[in-house]
Amino acid sequence: MSASADAAHGHHYTTTGLDNRKIAIWAFIGSECMLFASLISTYLIYKGKSLVGPFPHTPWTDPSSGKVFPAILNIPVTSASTFVLLMSSLAMVLALSAVENRGKPLPPGAGAWDKALTSSKLWLWMTCLLGAGFLAFQAYEFTSFVHEGLTIRRNLFGSSFFTLTGFHGAHVTAGVIWLGSLLAIDYKRGLQPSDALAVDLAALYWHFVDVVWIAIFTLLYLIPG
Amino acid sequence: MATVAASPTYTASATPQRSRLMSWLTTTDHKVIGTLYLHTSLFFFVLGGLEALLIRWQLMRPNSVVLTADQYNQLFTMHGTTMVFLAIMPLSAAFFNYLIPLQIGARDVAFPRLNAFSYWIFLLGGVFITLPIFFWVAPDGGWFGYAPLSGRTYSPGPNMDFWVLGLQILGISSLAASFNFATTIINMRAPGMNLMRMPMFTWMSFVTQFLIILSFPVITIALVFLQFDRFFGTTFYQISAGADPLLWQHLFWIFGHPEVYILILPAFGLVSEVLPTNSRKPLFGYPVMAYSGILIGFLGFGVWAHHMFAVGMGPIADTVFGLTTMLIAIPTGVKIFNWIFTMWGGSIRFTAAMKFAIALIAMFVIGGISGITHASPPSDLQQTDTYYIVAHFHYVLFGGAILGIFAGIYHYFPKMYGRTMNETLGTWHFWLNFIAMNLTFFPMHFAGMLGMPRRIYTYDAGQGWELFNMMSTMGAFLLAPATLIFIYNFFRSKKHGEPCGPNPWDAPTLEWSIPSPPPEYNFAKIPMVTSRYPLWDLTHPERTAEIPHTQTGWTEATQQTGEHDMAPMHIETETRTAKELGIPMPSSTIKPFFVALGIVLMFSGLLFLPKGMKVPAFALMFGGTAMWVGYLYAWLTTPLEDHH
Repeated sequence: MSASADAAHGHHYTTTGLDNRKIAIWAFIGSECMLFASLISTYLIYKGKSLVGPFPHTPWTDPSSGKVFPAILNIPVTSASTFVLLMSSLAMVLALSAVENRGKPLPPGAGAWDKALTSSKLWLWMTCLLGAGFLAFQAYEFTSFVHEGLTIRRNLFGSSFFTLTGFHGAHVTAGVIWLGSLLAIDYKRGLQPSDALAVDLAALYWHFVDVVWIAIFTLLYLIPG
Repeated sequence: MATVAASPTYTASATPQRSRLMSWLTTTDHKVIGTLYLHTSLFFFVLGGLEALLIRWQLMRPNSVVLTADQYNQLFTMHGTTMVFLAIMPLSAAFFNYLIPLQIGARDVAFPRLNAFSYWIFLLGGVFITLPIFFWVAPDGGWFGYAPLSGRTYSPGPNMDFWVLGLQILGISSLAASFNFATTIINMRAPGMNLMRMPMFTWMSFVTQFLIILSFPVITIALVFLQFDRFFGTTFYQISAGADPLLWQHLFWIFGHPEVYILILPAFGLVSEVLPTNSRKPLFGYPVMAYSGILIGFLGFGVWAHHMFAVGMGPIADTVFGLTTMLIAIPTGVKIFNWIFTMWGGSIRFTAAMKFAIALIAMFVIGGISGITHASPPSDLQQTDTYYIVAHFHYVLFGGAILGIFAGIYHYFPKMYGRTMNETLGTWHFWLNFIAMNLTFFPMHFAGMLGMPRRIYTYDAGQGWELFNMMSTMGAFLLAPATLIFIYNFFRSKKHGEPCGPNPWDAPTLEWSIPSPPPEYNFAKIPMVTSRYPLWDLTHPERTAEIPHTQTGWTEATQQTGEHDMAPMHIETETRTAKELGIPMPSSTIKPFFVALGIVLMFSGLLFLPKGMKVPAFALMFGGTAMWVGYLYAWLTTPLEDHH
């Protein structure tokens, strides 16, 4: 993870010419695909199977108390949080580009925007903050669901929903910590083009977590039923 | 680095002397880690064998009272769990560690510290899941842990807590190791060693890593659900909440069937090294051997529901899974025939390793054919949950994986310790083991066909099962002395075995071109290879005359590094240390051990939750987390190699 950790390995011969860490992160992402595939499949298998509400897309009346529980999922709010997370991927791309191009002279007539594009600190901050923003949305979502009567023990929907989105949230949290440590290195000694691989690894992970969210948002939130 | 035996061929490294325990705890050398895996998993193999002996003792006669039903449940659960996760998988891992870098011409694995971590978390996880059997609180829900039976309602005690958490810990080990070995094989091959020149063991290991990468996350999630159900009251496997009673079975077997190939493919790889070497002929149909391994791995993901024919999935699912299962027989049969054709016309040398390798072919065919009989759903309905199935999977796992691993141990022991194992004792071990395993497992076919169910702790007389059970038990008690001979031979040969040169079997691949045991850096000059059998190119060019020879990849390699570190294929005679040669080696470190320990402590905390003991629970969870996060941070911010 840290740029310096395996730097001494850099001069070793590799078959593909790529750094070992680049191969390993792809293997890891392949494994993570199966992890989320299992979680998402379980959610879909249990869709509509809960014996008691609240339900994701339809209101439910408790037969014993007559209390009405509204449909749980708040699609406008989650659309906003999805937008925030997707924007973090954009910031991540710009952060990587800034590290790769550090030290290169700006083209003549470059404006403030071009200057901003070269600041890895700015874009790493943006990625972290947008990631943290997504987590804040999730914290709000979880608390409001619990207030509305949906806990992880309540029904199959609650168990599979909180476990799946909780796993995703934990991945985002790990990503924010990872990016935060890159930011710390950037403040300490400045991330150089030679550190691009370290940023690239974090970026691959970050984009993967985003792509998983696109699948979750589509399958859980957008498809009613 | 700690060399494990006095080397007859090269001087030991001059690194500062530490105590032997500290040198193990801090090693990052793939060869030392490989021998640690080997010894640990042999220990667990013996333990799992003792559990089997108790099981067979109880089943020797009808209505026996050697064990209670509860003790029997714990023993058969732990026998399966131990043999699968603590014996066969790590025995394969011992060979992955020791052989992959040597076979591809690398100086270590891609991530040496991650490798040490994989071993330590395997050892600690193994201890975690094994300790409770000594207090009769061991897991008792079968190695497959079927939910909802393994949920809190039906398994209220701590028994299955140990199983759920133990398997989570062991899964971390397997996954970390699989990323490491996949990267090593993709990225650290010597110049000229393209994929179709890799030794067959490395090929089968390569396929195995992908199986682990893709199947272990599925059981991780199945276990997370079970863990959440047991500790936090979720409803994943709660039938009363509308849960699907087959969810666990599907998730478990999507992992569990690839797991079967994770167990067998490395053994297939080992005999694919032993057979050509001892037939003094190249492996017959090398490309087809590689492709059939890939195909077995690929199809292995599409057959899981053949473990579930009896649950009533309907005719379409039954047909599809029956057909895919039969399809797997094709690439497996290809392998069997290619091994036979490898021996055909060869000048065969019957070493102990060779005997085990040939026995694998015969025994695996028996297991394979009985497997075909329950690939067909109507036939399977007669056989499922009977001793016929027990016979089948012991023929493929004992007759396949274990025999292959024994072949590998006899064959590679000289490389690891610079001495050969005693061949006479090896022959005794072979014949005793061969007779005993057939005496143990063959009668189980008949007991099963006569309707004897699996997993019962006793049975009534007069059902025609007495003779077969008595035979099986006699066989099991004969396996014990066979194994003792092996263990005695193994430890005696380390000190007193016949000293051997670098290549006692006159083998064709890179690991035999360096001294035995290899120096810490493996290769003083990375060999540049031109064919699939680089060492035979030097020693027996007539055997490799028909194989294409090219210098593919040499130019790229020399451009990347300069040529000073590499040399065309040669036999290594270097006896200097890494330091003297200026070869950078990963420094030893204790950090991976403490990261592993922290993770295990964190999981242990959960054990106290169901008893309401919140203080030890949270102390262990937070303490463990702090430990592994802290040491992981220290690990990631320390360079792999000392500055020089």
